[in-house]
Amino acid sequence: MADIAASNSTVATRAGRNSLHKLVQRKSTVAFLMALPLILLITILVAYPAGYAVWLSMLNKSMVRFVGFGNFEFLFKRETFWEIVAQSCLFALTAVLFKAMIGFVVAHFVNNIPTKGQRKWRGMLLVPWVIPAAMSTLSWLWLFDPSYSAFNWIFAHIGLPKISWLGEAGWARFSVILVNVWAGAPFFLIMYLAALKSVPEQLYEAASIDGATWWQRIWYVTLPMMRNIIAITILFSTIVTFANFDIVRVLTAGGPLTATHVFATWAFKVGIESGDIPLGATVSLFMVPILAVAATFILRDISKRGSEV
Amino acid sequence: MANATVATAGAPTRPVRYGSISQSRRWALRWSYFFLVLFAIFFLMPPFYMLVTALKSKEEIAAITNPWWVYSPTLSNFIELLTQNQYLIFFRNSALVSICVVVVTMLISVIAAFSLARMKFWGSAALATGVFLTYLIPDTLLFIPLFKMMTFVRETTGIELVNHWWTLIIIYPTLTVPFCTWIMIGYFASIPKELDEAALIDGATWMQTLTKIFIPVALPGIIAATIFCFTVSWAQFLYPLAFTTSTTELVLPVGIVTTLIKGDVFNWGQIMAGALLGAAPPLIIYAFLMDYYIAGLTAGATKG
Repeated sequence: MADIAASNSTVATRAGRNSLHKLVQRKSTVAFLMALPLILLITILVAYPAGYAVWLSMLNKSMVRFVGFGNFEFLFKRETFWEIVAQSCLFALTAVLFKAMIGFVVAHFVNNIPTKGQRKWRGMLLVPWVIPAAMSTLSWLWLFDPSYSAFNWIFAHIGLPKISWLGEAGWARFSVILVNVWAGAPFFLIMYLAALKSVPEQLYEAASIDGATWWQRIWYVTLPMMRNIIAITILFSTIVTFANFDIVRVLTAGGPLTATHVFATWAFKVGIESGDIPLGATVSLFMVPILAVAATFILRDISKRGSEV
Repeated sequence: MANATVATAGAPTRPVRYGSISQSRRWALRWSYFFLVLFAIFFLMPPFYMLVTALKSKEEIAAITNPWWVYSPTLSNFIELLTQNQYLIFFRNSALVSICVVVVTMLISVIAAFSLARMKFWGSAALATGVFLTYLIPDTLLFIPLFKMMTFVRETTGIELVNHWWTLIIIYPTLTVPFCTWIMIGYFASIPKELDEAALIDGATWMQTLTKIFIPVALPGIIAATIFCFTVSWAQFLYPLAFTTSTTELVLPVGIVTTLIKGDVFNWGQIMAGALLGAAPPLIIYAFLMDYYIAGLTAGATKG
């Protein structure tokens, strides 16, 4: 009897080990284990902090008391905050618009020239994208220097007045947008160039046989064919530009006064430099709505493409 | 007869039209080159100006001569910078962080991408979308909660994470892993199923299928992802600015911005030399592996 019980239990453990063994051997388990580091990374270092930001935004400055929407109310009453909302939108929308336009135009020019030379031009025009933004912005900072500005030197030679690039609110806003366009336009250029190459040549031939002008060719052939890539590039860029930190931080650090602050730089100033972590988190959360809108659009696009396949 | 008249009536216009098309093409070409030169000047002006200033001596910068040209080039800025201990520490920190991040990222993302693209498990499709969404969450949203989490870790375990360069190795993968996984999923999905089925029939394990088949076949994608990963970690500015302060713990971008700019005294020759050297590694990689670089850039959106 005891024997039977013993053998039964060994059988049971063997079966248990077997099933555990089988479980480990199963394809889905192996797959899950292989993806586990990724899952952990995303949960601990991205998803959790993102949720934690929401919680932080509901605490008071010393982070001991729950204040609900107190921080939001506080921000809504401050004029500086609304200035920053306006500046962030102006900065992102203008910059993305110009990046998209310059990218589109330059992509056409590159596509126009013989294929042999295209690589060389493309290589040259992508350089701003390759240089780390903090470094290239330093050279812009030097170009905009109040007393040694190389632009003002040229202006002086052709008889134009000196411009205080980073000292006046209007020009400072212009400057941060200019640098952002300079750094971001090559990305659009590359994307559009890749898209242009994928438009079948026959469509243009058919269009020119029908007597289409160059404008009609762009409007009725190129744009519809590139619609997806234009949309996705603009969405990506809008996200990145709204969240931009490096350029504004290095170029003006938000100045003069708060004229060029965007959400990210102001969040840094409030949260890290002034030590008001909850308020900083609150400010950075204002980037979420635009993110959410962009994400929905991109997701819809992905699921659409998924169903096509 | 009617046909013939139509043909002759149409004939005179034809050569003229051909001529105008080729002529307009030639003009289009000329204008293209003209504008390309203009845009190239715009895009290359700051790096050029960086180089010009880096080659100038302090005196030449102070004497307001033509800022766009260097009359007596000197390497003194570079020599001063490279004999300075501080700058070399920044460079070492940057290099160590970037290399470690590349290794960690590629290990995590290649293996995960393989499992998501080929093996599938419960929730793997949702996870793939989730990976893409994580890529959309910017660093500017995460740095404050991460900062707070670090102080929490110090309070509970006593491990100091703030103000150490190696902390960045833990933080940077949040930027690189989602994107690398995403493009690797794209590359792996484009490999024909027959290849791994054949390997499985021959008795290969999943790991063998990955290392013997997928990695060699998707090598261009892996190179593109590696380059992306390196450039991102080399250029990252916000996290080191928020998490590190001592001069021995800084990485290059932050080091140049915070230590070379001392109050109102801007030593521009050195700043530009430092920025140029800092931009050199990504530029060199780009010069040699441009096609992979561009493949990685376009893969994110076109495959997405």
